[in-house]
Amino acid sequence: MAIEKRLRRPDKYDQAIKMVEEIGTTTEGDLIINVGPQHPATHGVLHLVLTLNGETIKKVEPHLGYIHRSIEKMCESLSYRQFIYVTSRMDYLSSHINNHACALCVEKGLQVEVPQRAQHIRVIMDELTRIASHELWWGAMAMDLGAFTPFFHAFRERETITDIMEKTCGARLTMNYMVPGGVMAELHPDFQKDVKSFIQLYKKKIHEYNELVTGNVIFQNRMKSIGILSYEDAISYGCSGPVARASGVHCDIRKLYPYDIYSKVEFDEVIESAGDSFARYLVRLQEMQQSIRIVEQLIEDIPEGDFQAKTKAVLKLPKGEFYQRVETARGELGVYIVSEGGTTPYRIKFRSPGFSNLSALEHMVKGLKIGDLVAAMGTLDLVIPDIDR
Amino acid sequence: MTNEDLKIKFTELLPAITFDESGEWLNVFVAPGELKSFAQQIRIMPGLDFDYLFCLTCVDWKTHFTMVYHFSSTIHRHNIVLKSKLDRDNPEIETLSDIWRTAEMLEREVYDLFGVKFLDHPDLRRLIMPDDWEGWPLRKDYEDPINMIKL
Amino acid sequence: MIQEWLNNHFNPTLALLTEFILVGLLAIMLFALLGLILVFMERKVAAVMQIRLGPNRVGPKGIFQTTADTLKLVMKEGLVPDGADKFLFNLAPFVVMIVAMLILAPIAFAKNFQIWDINIGVLYLTAISSLSVIGILMAGWASNNKYSLLGAMRSGAQIVSYELSAGLSVLSIIVMTGSLSINDIILSQQNGWWIFKAHIPAIISFFIFITAVTAETNRAPFDMAEAESELTAGFHTEYSGMRFALFFLAEYINIFIVCAIGATLFFGGWMPLHIGHWEGFNHIMDYIPSSIWFFGKTIGLIFLIMWFRWTFPRLRIDQLLNLEWKYLLPISMFNLILMTVIAIMGWHF
Repeated sequence: MAIEKRLRRPDKYDQAIKMVEEIGTTTEGDLIINVGPQHPATHGVLHLVLTLNGETIKKVEPHLGYIHRSIEKMCESLSYRQFIYVTSRMDYLSSHINNHACALCVEKGLQVEVPQRAQHIRVIMDELTRIASHELWWGAMAMDLGAFTPFFHAFRERETITDIMEKTCGARLTMNYMVPGGVMAELHPDFQKDVKSFIQLYKKKIHEYNELVTGNVIFQNRMKSIGILSYEDAISYGCSGPVARASGVHCDIRKLYPYDIYSKVEFDEVIESAGDSFARYLVRLQEMQQSIRIVEQLIEDIPEGDFQAKTKAVLKLPKGEFYQRVETARGELGVYIVSEGGTTPYRIKFRSPGFSNLSALEHMVKGLKIGDLVAAMGTLDLVIPDIDR
Repeated sequence: MTNEDLKIKFTELLPAITFDESGEWLNVFVAPGELKSFAQQIRIMPGLDFDYLFCLTCVDWKTHFTMVYHFSSTIHRHNIVLKSKLDRDNPEIETLSDIWRTAEMLEREVYDLFGVKFLDHPDLRRLIMPDDWEGWPLRKDYEDPINMIKL
Repeated sequence: MIQEWLNNHFNPTLALLTEFILVGLLAIMLFALLGLILVFMERKVAAVMQIRLGPNRVGPKGIFQTTADTLKLVMKEGLVPDGADKFLFNLAPFVVMIVAMLILAPIAFAKNFQIWDINIGVLYLTAISSLSVIGILMAGWASNNKYSLLGAMRSGAQIVSYELSAGLSVLSIIVMTGSLSINDIILSQQNGWWIFKAHIPAIISFFIFITAVTAETNRAPFDMAEAESELTAGFHTEYSGMRFALFFLAEYINIFIVCAIGATLFFGGWMPLHIGHWEGFNHIMDYIPSSIWFFGKTIGLIFLIMWFRWTFPRLRIDQLLNLEWKYLLPISMFNLILMTVIAIMGWHF
């Protein structure tokens, strides 16, 4: 009331002030605070409205749409060769894998056979991207919990990977490298040598990570038994990727519905059964080790041949529907194309992994404290452009 | 289970069902009024156990809407696609969010972008667009001279 | 020493006044210098641990970085939020700063270089340091901001709890020396520092002391009150400009002071490293000036505390309080008994 007396403001502001004064507390004296959309933690623009009772969380409501770019509508007017590169911007940390998914879906429609060399290259790029994404997740999560040093160590490794990518693909983050039929260009001559030296370096660093963070008592106390997601809940909420695997669900798309040459490489599907934040953490760390194992198997002998199958310049998919699932660093990405026979898709739907993982957040943190919300959200590994599309 | 067995089981549950096997998975067409009971059956029936709803979307065919649900079973590893044809002028359908919790946010997104009303949804409001947005953006006849550029 | 010279030359009142002014000037200069050095040291230590360089542009090797930062803070606009309680909001930084200055009185920087050798030195230190909680709570409350309030509440609970453990571990050393005066404590370490002489209980005391004072000064891993990734900046969110500079400076001065107390009690203050009655060795050690001993030990402890910050993640507020009440307090009480037994039986060096 004091504010209204002192200043003259137009109607809109009066209503806004009244609204803020009203939602300040609920009838039981709970506190409603906003976390975001501008964060000190590096999650992107996520706006959570928390209802707190003291330090205990009663309700979490995500407000999305701050980075909605209407990608699905945009793709309805882009050709089949063009729309692939918009998806790099969706989940920018696993940009190769997103492009791979779209390319596979288009190839499914065209029924094109991808040459062996291209398949090898695609899988190597995918796994390197997965390692880079998990590195960033590890650094950012440690920083959320208060340890500032692992962030720099993680980025040191990530820099090596992006340097390798830059030589071949020309870009460091949104690497538009996949095309329907194969990859866009030949590998850089230094690629094999660089990747081999990276593998040697990386195996030593994984030990450092375990010493610095995993074995630390404070980390374990902050993450064990926090944010528990049971087996049934993980399936019911549609979670996928490391979030579901930490609750015991066998859902690795690379094993269930293998694409490219995943059926021919040897790697383990990492499953933990505890379902808490520490289990999700361990699953991702072990996934990094499995990824480096895959790269090691494939880098030795990449078969000679074409890096791209011959396709027409203007692609037309036959009338029908096509769905392709891949395993990104966050979970299951689904690309659903409805085609009417033209040069542009009639409807595209991207089933994003972060969307379903986020819907499980409220269930996980009800009754815990704010510090636990940060830990649980960190282990969910959300990338908001992926959710908002 | 193979497609043939699935077809037999589905026809037992709901005789007025039609199939389409031209795609990768079995497409099942159900009327909107029967969707909820059918969905409940396939969720719990032993042998079917479709417990994983992994994609929920809507396609605007200019004369009608089609709701598309992709189901999978974590136990038997079979997949189906459930489709339901909706009236364009008054698109209403029952919500599935009490059977599969993931449907809650996915249905909010479909409501936001297409305007499909989900009956008995616990919290049906806009998700991605601003709360006071007017219009349903992903419909084919959506016009917005300010924000949209037609290529 | 200076006291005698002044008293000899001028009449007592004038001498006292001059002494006041001199001491005041020295204290302020010390604060300014310490602030500059410690902030710079923190940034460089952080950089080395994070495989990067740290400030290296402003001045040779970046040594004028903090001066530049201070200038910037002084010239910033000091905003007072609309609904804030003006009097308390402005008073809070000064309370924290005054407390920091008062604690400086009994600390001995070098031989014969102590402002006031009060006979209840250690008790005075513990008592005055408890007052800083008032400043923090004032800041949080008067800011009219939910985040500040939450941060201040957390901080208040934390500081009040950890004072107990810190006090008990300090007390265990007092049991050995039998005197509260700082000068007496230092002189009693003439034949060896307490951490070596009263072996096991003193080492346990030292660890508890370091943990407790890290929590008292709101440093990581106990910096829930200013947890950046959760609640922006905690109790000093709404402060900007000179007021923020005072809070910032007070934090680093507090670190210096608690490390100085730790160095005095456990490591001998300005007393060089003497081993029992080895005359020759002791004589050589005496050549190094006492102020270098004192500052060396303090800076060593400060480095340890900074090392903690950049290695460990944060504890959650209830884990923090759990640690104190369920673990540290019983251990420090038991340790006190142990120390008393050793003192009575004479099982120390």
